[in-house]
Amino acid sequence: MENLASIFVKSIFVDNMIFAFFLGMCSYLAVSKNVKTSMGLGLAVIFVLGITLPVNYLLENYVLKEGALQWLSPSFKTMDLSYLAFILFIAVIAAMTQLVEMVVEKFTPSLYASLGIFLPLIAVNCAIMGGSLFMQQRAFNNVAEATSYALGSGVGWLLAIVGLAAIREKMEYSDVPAPLRGLGITFITVALMGIAFMSFSGLKI
Amino acid sequence: MSKLISDKTKAVFLGPLSKNNPITVQVLGICSALAVTAKLEPALVMGLSVTIIVAFSNVIISLLRNTIPNRIRIIVQLVVVAALVTIVSEILKAFAYDVSVQLSVYIGLIITNCILMGRLEAFAMGNKPWESFIDGLGNGFGYAWILVVVAFFRELFGSGSLFGFQIVPQAMYDAGYVNNGLMILPPMALILVACIIWVHRARNKELQEK
Repeated sequence: MENLASIFVKSIFVDNMIFAFFLGMCSYLAVSKNVKTSMGLGLAVIFVLGITLPVNYLLENYVLKEGALQWLSPSFKTMDLSYLAFILFIAVIAAMTQLVEMVVEKFTPSLYASLGIFLPLIAVNCAIMGGSLFMQQRAFNNVAEATSYALGSGVGWLLAIVGLAAIREKMEYSDVPAPLRGLGITFITVALMGIAFMSFSGLKI
Repeated sequence: MSKLISDKTKAVFLGPLSKNNPITVQVLGICSALAVTAKLEPALVMGLSVTIIVAFSNVIISLLRNTIPNRIRIIVQLVVVAALVTIVSEILKAFAYDVSVQLSVYIGLIITNCILMGRLEAFAMGNKPWESFIDGLGNGFGYAWILVVVAFFRELFGSGSLFGFQIVPQAMYDAGYVNNGLMILPPMALILVACIIWVHRARNKELQEK
């Protein structure tokens, strides 16, 4: 249990998807103009990460890894399908976002209305795919750890996008040099936020 | 043969290098652009890989564009791109193992690189294969040169070297020169890209946002 909590906190602050790895940057920059929509996108990312990462974890450990197919028959002991990882992961992510979209549309139309446009976009959000690839690299012990990592990364992403959106809302009223307006100043803001987040990097949990 | 490189094709190729640059103007593919630029070598390999993948996936999607049902086009595009990325990743593992270790997950993340989906949706779905190929090359190079410029400054000031060879002479270290450790850290990549945007938009006034 302690281990799960530490993975969770660590993936929010130390290994923050945005500030440490720049994952999900495209939608991060595009959708962070106001707090409300960025909150919606952040929640959707947590949701999809929390579903796809455990599924990909199971796939990785029971289908793809060397010897992972042993439960089918002992003759698969040396089978190594890990070169299929990219295609399978992205298929799972695309299928899951589609599924989540349909479920949300059916059962909570109000949430669907507010998330609507962002849900399909999440399939090509680097943070989701990156989560799965980091999971593969870090070799978690069980599904619970992978899930806690997924939720932590999602919360970290939410925190980052809501923070940036709040700053950008205030920045509307600042006098920024013309060539830096819009994109340029946003980059610099993100960099400064990243430097602030670096103070967590010594955190030992 | 003279028809092969018409004016339009030339514009398709040159546009993304400056006026319509994927990173500084279209804001696509930022994720990987920033993460792999601490050293020049991985940045160059990443730029080339993306160029190759964009060019060929553009051609494949452009060939298939009339047969893909509209509703499932995203999945078809993702599968084509994922297959190409798998090939590139296996080739890198076989012939340039060190670089592929340095790039770690970012090679896999080319699949979700927005440049690919953006170009496939915006260009390859509506244009002929040859033009799509040129468009892919143009956007790939437009992406690569930004990566190389950022990596050049980060490696030069952060490690005092280029391509791993020491550039800053030992005498300067003896005289008290210290590498700027901040350049190696992720936030500096953002600031450098912001500087490139600054210069770029100061020279092309029509790109400035209100």
